[in-house]
Amino acid sequence: MNLEAIRAIYKFEMARARRTVTQTIISPVISTSLYFVVFGAAIGSRIQSVGGVGYGSFIVPGLVMLSLLGQSIANASFGIYFPRFTGTIYEVLSAPVSSVEIVLGYAGAAATKSVILGVIILITARLFVPLELLHPLWMIAFLVLTAATFSLVGFIIGIWADGFEKLQIVPLLIVTPLTFLGGSFYSINMLPHPWRTVALFDPVVYLVSGFRWSFYGIADVNVGVSLGMTAVFLAASLAIVWWIFRTGYRLKT
Amino acid sequence: MDDIIEITGVSKTYTSGFTALKGIDLTIRRGEIFALLGPNGAGKTTLIGIICGIVRASSGRVMVDGHDIVRDWRRARSLIGLVPQELTTDAFESVWNTVSFTRGLFGLPANPTHLESVLRALSLWDKRDSRIMTLSGGMKRRLLIAKALAHEPRVLFLDEPTAGVDVDLRHDMWQLISRLRAGGATVILTTHYIEEAEEMADRVGVINKGELVLVRDKADLMREFGSKRLSLRLRRPLARVPPALEGWRLELSGDGGELTYIYDARDVCEGVGDFLDRVRDAGIEFTDLGMTESSLEDIFVSLVRPSK
Ligand SMILES: Nc1ncnc2c1ncn2[C@@H]1O[C@H](COP(=O)(O)OP(=O)(O)OP(=O)(O)O)[C@@H](O)[C@H]1O
Ligand SMILES: [Mg+2]
Repeated sequence: MNLEAIRAIYKFEMARARRTVTQTIISPVISTSLYFVVFGAAIGSRIQSVGGVGYGSFIVPGLVMLSLLGQSIANASFGIYFPRFTGTIYEVLSAPVSSVEIVLGYAGAAATKSVILGVIILITARLFVPLELLHPLWMIAFLVLTAATFSLVGFIIGIWADGFEKLQIVPLLIVTPLTFLGGSFYSINMLPHPWRTVALFDPVVYLVSGFRWSFYGIADVNVGVSLGMTAVFLAASLAIVWWIFRTGYRLKT
Repeated sequence: MDDIIEITGVSKTYTSGFTALKGIDLTIRRGEIFALLGPNGAGKTTLIGIICGIVRASSGRVMVDGHDIVRDWRRARSLIGLVPQELTTDAFESVWNTVSFTRGLFGLPANPTHLESVLRALSLWDKRDSRIMTLSGGMKRRLLIAKALAHEPRVLFLDEPTAGVDVDLRHDMWQLISRLRAGGATVILTTHYIEEAEEMADRVGVINKGELVLVRDKADLMREFGSKRLSLRLRRPLARVPPALEGWRLELSGDGGELTYIYDARDVCEGVGDFLDRVRDAGIEFTDLGMTESSLEDIFVSLVRPSK
């Protein structure tokens, strides 16, 4: 294992985040606060509580997941796409660095950034509403697993993309709708009948539900199922990444 | 057996269907400076890309110091430093961080002393804290070389190292390369400046349309293909070559004012002196004399010209 290389890539990526601290940290904090004001205050005044939890508190895990997904994908996809775009990827490809090490460096840094972000959002939210944390270890597990999974998804997108539009298109057309449909701002039990079943096909439901359960002990789907599904997504992403490196897809000509 | 790189039957067909390399066989000797010449699109960068692990060969095998670049890729790559043809650098990183990054990628612990000496050798030490985007083109080119040297490679690939570098710096770079060779490194470079190959290389390979058309010691090549011409500007024009000079390879200009002796570079010792003696014996006076030598460029052009 070339640990120095993993460290070099990881450090490089973290330095990039530090240079763009406004983008990576401050802007998600602001947008989350805005969600809070809009959803928490405007809608929350009509919906008193969901499953015995105040609406404002209820949406916090969903908000964290929303940012976690978006930022993991954005960070990881940009992290690998940019060197491909500028050509500096030659350096990584010609170094004695294995695919596993490349992924650990890039996706690891992206996941770290999103976990940090998730924690910042939680702290921001705490300023607005009371939070309860029933299962802190599970909370961390969901946080880390989700960040890791979607950093891998971002990595895949960053390799698949051959232009900046494609880099945006997946988050915009797929991830954002899925997160909004995925029960970030409501319990899917509140949906009318056919939609509830449809929602169960949305992977985000399982992430948000499990994550919310770790806070308040309430869940849309059984927490075991949530965890199982999260593991399945992680495994699927890993499989695709493995295939990319095995075939050299878009990395080597 | 002192070959550091062995390339056997390497071909490359890109996904577009274009065949950029056709069965290349080439060995590079340990410690030599090898110049790879060829016109645009000949396949030089492709060949380098394959050896360095950026391009996948369609067939064939490459060994670097006994390590197969596919099966034993980690060992093979750790020996190699690559300076790419394109100026591909980050923009926001500092010079120091980017060379440290490269060293890290190669799995080596930090070594500020080594990095300092590399940056100094390339006149980049003063720029160590500057962001890369604030460097000039020639500085960026040198930075790429510094990065390639950061992990103390045994084999250095320079894909057009002096493109866009001014004359002074080009000479500095030649010196640097000579020093690297003196330190035991092997250097493979591509260039369009034939004087560069002429100046530095021990051996020269010419690649054209994906085929290696020639590999030769530079000195042999110059001797074999090179001819010299000694031209005498005559005081009195001659109508034809005088009988006393028959048997020599001579050319008389149209107006009879210039007599040119063409000889092999090999004959340099006997030929010229004898010739001048004969000229004087024949009573031919001359006011000036000049000498031209065919350069590697002439040889190169004659090799890759379509008719060949
Ligand atoms: N990724 C690619 N896909 C398809 N064809 C390619 C690709 N890269 C290079 N080629 C083609 O392969 C041939 C060899 O290219 P290469 O870059 O190796 O040439 P070169 O000898 O380095 O030329 P130059 O002196 O211009 O740098 C060219 O015809 C080029 O168009
Ligand atoms: Mg080239």
